[in-house]
Amino acid sequence: MSAPELWVKNLKVAFTTADEELVAVRGISYQLNRGETLALVGESGSGKTVSALSVLRLIPEPPGKILSGEILFDDQDLLKLTAKELRERRGRDIAMIFQDPMTSMNPVLTIGEQIIETLLRHTPLSRKEAQEKTIHLLKQVDIPSPEQKLDQYPHQFSGGMRQRVMIAMALSCSPRILIADEPTTALDVLIQAQILDLLKQIKKESQMSILLITHDLGVVAEIAQRVMVMYAGDIVETGPVDELFKSPLHPYTSGLINSVPTLESIPQKDSKLNEIPGTVPSLSKIPSGCPFHPRCPSVESRCRTDKPHLKETAPGHAVSCWLHP
Amino acid sequence: MTTQLKPTPPILLKVKNLKKHFQAKDSSGTTQTVYALNGISFILREGETLGLVGESGCGKSTAARTILRLIEPTAGEIFYREQNLLALGQNKLRSLRKEMQIIFQDPLASLNPRKQIGKILEEPFDIHGFTDPTEIQERIAWLLDKVGLSSDQVDKYPHEFSGGQLQRIGIARAIALNPSMVVADEPVSALDVSIRAQVINLLLDLKESMQISYLFISHDMAIVRHFCDRVAVMYLGIIVELADSESLYNVPQHPYTEALLAAIPSIDPESKKERVKIKGDLPNAMNMPKGCAFHTRCPIREKRCEESIPQLKETRPGHHVACFLRE
Repeated sequence: MSAPELWVKNLKVAFTTADEELVAVRGISYQLNRGETLALVGESGSGKTVSALSVLRLIPEPPGKILSGEILFDDQDLLKLTAKELRERRGRDIAMIFQDPMTSMNPVLTIGEQIIETLLRHTPLSRKEAQEKTIHLLKQVDIPSPEQKLDQYPHQFSGGMRQRVMIAMALSCSPRILIADEPTTALDVLIQAQILDLLKQIKKESQMSILLITHDLGVVAEIAQRVMVMYAGDIVETGPVDELFKSPLHPYTSGLINSVPTLESIPQKDSKLNEIPGTVPSLSKIPSGCPFHPRCPSVESRCRTDKPHLKETAPGHAVSCWLHP
Repeated sequence: MTTQLKPTPPILLKVKNLKKHFQAKDSSGTTQTVYALNGISFILREGETLGLVGESGCGKSTAARTILRLIEPTAGEIFYREQNLLALGQNKLRSLRKEMQIIFQDPLASLNPRKQIGKILEEPFDIHGFTDPTEIQERIAWLLDKVGLSSDQVDKYPHEFSGGQLQRIGIARAIALNPSMVVADEPVSALDVSIRAQVINLLLDLKESMQISYLFISHDMAIVRHFCDRVAVMYLGIIVELADSESLYNVPQHPYTEALLAAIPSIDPESKKERVKIKGDLPNAMNMPKGCAFHTRCPIREKRCEESIPQLKETRPGHHVACFLRE
């Protein structure tokens, strides 16, 4: 495997409220390799979005604060860059697409202006060249008659088309890393399929790496090669997608996989789904020991007191669970 | 199947050619008609669960609300146990509402943030003439227990609960007066993946123990397959396919249903299926396509699909489809 494009080491992020400090990401480490799609899976409050936003330091500070860690890109720690140096990286080397394209575009600028602005900022292109490049980008993401679309505003596009425009914007400077935060969650299933195909095709044509944040295991299986499962601010399991879905090791991972009905599982009439009992813990009440222990079907006494750490059980497959010490 | 040997249960709800058109301004400011619901017909039998599925904008939530007369239909008929709902006055309708309840998608938005849970759950009893406070409190304790919450939580406010717990409260409110029919409008879409199965299981429990019939509105084809006896697939305000779950999922007939099923990303690595490619977006409901509503995106369309509208026809026993090419 080639050298990592992005190396996150012991990242810890907290949010301060009036009376307490809530740790949202509790010291996670991972590598994003060149040309791969790595999925970060978890439920709300698991810390998946916070850890991805931290890569570009997009966490509002305050109330957010990166407590510790390093994010290495080109041998540079992104957490040590000045605001100006960081701005150079954002959009050019590392670009991001969000769940809701409507709120992440400027509603009073035409989409042409928004993409051209990015190009003029980060590339030596002239205005005319930037405009031509923009048309080319819109064509690349299958926007019909792109020449006319340049002068339209975000509200004139459908949800799926807006997401395409945002992808075009993100790709404008040929970034090496694309961070995609729930890129298809707001879309209907037919449009989701179109966008996933588009992302796959783009990745095939470039050597871009994708960090995909999602709660949808189906989306992971569709486009990612590796997956990290987050729970209560920690990575609890990581491995190649096929292996992790076929033989999950962490009880939370297998609980998630088993609780989702699939079209392949033939339902028995009125049969119950396999449920994970309890609720996702709130950040102010993370349980002691293994944070999953109150919901775990295989809980033992030490799970209540000692926190397990990620241990490799097979090459590339690691789990933090006392069942696999 | 053993169910076929039992006598067919009586019809609880009958919907005939139901339409709802809204007036709305388009981007240039002119008033236009939004054709949200364009004539749907179906029946729901006692004890049955019928799924209404489709993408956003297909009219499934409008159908749910119109059936309960939360919004007034433009045309059509709705019969509940043979009573014509549209002919009822407000008082009669209110007393019938005991039997027809709804669970909403967003549990926080559908509960009054300034009221304690106990007060929220008292309301159905107040409205429908219960006067004995001890009896009401006993009923509330029973309800909370029934949905898996403890009765010492009555003094808490909605914001003190998690999403899954709030949906349980929404369900408790819906079943408070022993309804025969519950419309569940995307009841698990706003919930975390690990909580969805809990709520689906609770709804299944209640179906058994309280003899509830559900009209289950969802965009999630896999959950619908698990939960529903029969399924109606909607597209641009009409039903394009209606069948028993088993038949619909095993032998889908309408190209739209096929596309929906094929588009669901699967976690089963063995099922890497060839996807039916559907291009383009859902047409605007202000500007309906001529002919078959799906023809603009249909991979197998022919000339006649652009000209005339196919009607729902029975192609196999109990399996109805509106497509010229699959008749």
